[in-house]
This record gives sequence, C-alpha cells and structure tokens, in this order.
Amino acid sequence: MNIFRFSSPQTFYPLAGKLIPVFGSLAALFCAFGLYLGFFVAPTDAVQGEVYRIIYLHVAAAWMSMFIYLVMAFWSAIGLGLGTRLSFYMTQALAPTGALFCFIALWSGALWGRPTWGAYWVWDARLTSQLLLLFLYFGFIALTRSIEDPRRADKAGAILALVGAVNVPIIHFSVKWWSTLHQGASVSMTRSSLASSMLIAMLVMAFAAWFYSIAVTLARARRIILERERHTDWAAAEIARLGRELSVTGSR
Amino acid sequence: MKSRHKRFLLIGIALALLGGATALVLNAFSDNLVFFHTPSEVAEGKVPQGRTFRVGGMVLAGSLTREADGQTVHFTITDTAKTLPVVYKGALPDLFKEAKGAVAQGKLDANGVLIASEVLAKHDENYMPPEAKDAIDRAHKTAQTLK
Repeated sequence: MNIFRFSSPQTFYPLAGKLIPVFGSLAALFCAFGLYLGFFVAPTDAVQGEVYRIIYLHVAAAWMSMFIYLVMAFWSAIGLGLGTRLSFYMTQALAPTGALFCFIALWSGALWGRPTWGAYWVWDARLTSQLLLLFLYFGFIALTRSIEDPRRADKAGAILALVGAVNVPIIHFSVKWWSTLHQGASVSMTRSSLASSMLIAMLVMAFAAWFYSIAVTLARARRIILERERHTDWAAAEIARLGRELSVTGSR
Repeated sequence: MKSRHKRFLLIGIALALLGGATALVLNAFSDNLVFFHTPSEVAEGKVPQGRTFRVGGMVLAGSLTREADGQTVHFTITDTAKTLPVVYKGALPDLFKEAKGAVAQGKLDANGVLIASEVLAKHDENYMPPEAKDAIDRAHKTAQTLK
C-alpha cells in the first residue's frame, strides 16, 4: 500500500472519518485512567502537598502546545516545498487545538503559581515565551482567516508557522539558559525527577492529550477539506449527502 | 536540481538564518532576560544602583527572624559564595522556607540591605512522596555525621 495515496484530500477524507472514533475513544480512556492515577494512585508531594496534582493537566497541555506548533511547522514546510493542499489544511486544522492547550498550560500554571511561588504571573523567560506561543497561535488563526484568497492565506500562514517555530526551542531551553522562577524540566528522554507512579500518571495524561488532538484535528481537517474542495464533484456530492442527513434528522 | 528540492533548500536556509539571528539577539540581551540576579552579582556591583531589581538564591538556614510586629521578616539570601540580607514586610508564600529557593524584589538601602517589596518562593523540579523525602533526609544526616 502506498501511503502517499492519502495525500489527496479525496482519499484522506474517508480515512480520517474512520480514524476519528478510534482516537476519540482512546483519548477518553487514557484521560479517565490518567486522572484516576493522578488523583487516587500517585502520592502526595513532600514539598507542595496536594496542589502539585495540577501537574497532570499542566505538563500534558504544555507539551502538547509546543509539539502541535512543531507539527504545524512541519506541514507548512511540506506544503511550501511540495505544494500539497492537504498539508496546509492540516496546519490550519491543528492551530485551534494548539491554542487551546497553550491557554490551558498558561491558566493551570497561574493557578499553580499562586499557592506555590506566591504569584499568578511573573515575566520570567519561560512564562513570557509560552505567552508568545499563544499569540503566535492567535496570529496564525487571524492571518489565515483574514486573507481572502485561500491559496495566499495558506502560504502566509505557513511562513508564520515556520518563523514562529523558532520560539519552541526557546520555551524548552529558557529554564536552562536564563535564571527563571519556573523550575527546570522534571522529565527528559534519559531521566525523571518524579516518583515513578507520578511519572506514569503524567505520561498517560500526555497520551490522552495526543489522542484528543489527533481526533479533533482530523474532524476539523474533514470540514476544511469539504469547504476548500467544494468545487469538485466528490466533495459537492458529500456536502449534498450531509445536507440530506441534516434535513432528515431536523424534520424528525 | 528539481524545483521542489530548490524550495526545500530555500526553506532550510531561511530557517537556519532566522535561527542564527534569533540566537545572536537572545545572546546580546541575555542580561535582560534573567529573572533575578545572584548575591555574587550584587556584590560585584553588576546590579544598577538605586533601581528595583530581583535577587534569587537559597534562604540561608537559621537566618530567618521575625520582628515583634509579626509582619516584618529578616532573612539572608545566599548563592553559597556571597550573601545578601533582606528585609520584607508582608505575607510570605507557603513554600518559603529556610534552605529553600526564594526570589526577592526590591532596592538596596545605604547599608546594603535589600528592602523587599515582593518575595516569591522558588521550588525545584523534584517530586516525591513524603516517605521518600524522609529517607533521603535521614541518609543525608547520616552522611553529615560520618564526615
């Protein structure tokens, strides 16, 4: 099987439709299991007490917000290099989910910072670069929505996604390069400074964030495909079919 | 070279140049990107006189004293090389403890004491259950007495 077959919107559309329930149910399962581990199995922290448990939301959201931006930059490079329409659709389908996770990371961080550091917000390098990431997401969404010609909007958005990707390593290394109030990384590829049951709960939540992101991105990509390909026969037929389905359920 | 190879090369070069430029800018401004200075930097006079700044480090064990009003606290911040005395009036964060990280913001007075307007606690990246921490603390104590 040639996987490049699925770089065509027409073949990708039904594949995405089949994958959404798979990743959606995986997300629900992992989220429920991760929250159970985080709240009932993982021990209390010796220094922070119970308040540290927000880590299970905070870290998963922060990782996801950074990773999604890198994936957007990847699809943008592919789109600009090969001129594949689906790459741009994927970039645009990812952006709202990235922005959501970025917001969750900042918000949960503020709620965590007040009882531990003594402040909701400080302008240290980690917090500021993460806030910049949220503005990059907003900027990308605003830019691609505001340009009338969709192909020009694709290219402009792709360039912003590639340029903004420079910020992601800055977020990651900010706690190493400069003195910050935010602590250093607890987990890397080679070591972890969390108790093992805490680490497992955190990783399960990270997987839940991955599966959720895949499911909603595919759903959003299907809507974008239909909107952008509506001049083709197959997309017009699919839109008509969805319209009939809607009117049937509506008249019931 | 095919045109798509040319485009990828162009994207690669543009990103490398952008990354390089960003690295140079961040390097040039690195003094302004730090959240706090260390007591050593204050002692070397690297901190602007008469201006508000932040100093961070460990709260020296045994240095925390409270005045009779119950609100004003005195403590010393250390980076193990140099120390800086701090006076602060107000509520301290829950995690503020001796021998733990803290960041104080304020101005130096004529005697070289930092008159702090804000004190924040800085915690580390280690998370463990209380039993594990007790075990580590006990082992640490044993090692100290064996010295």
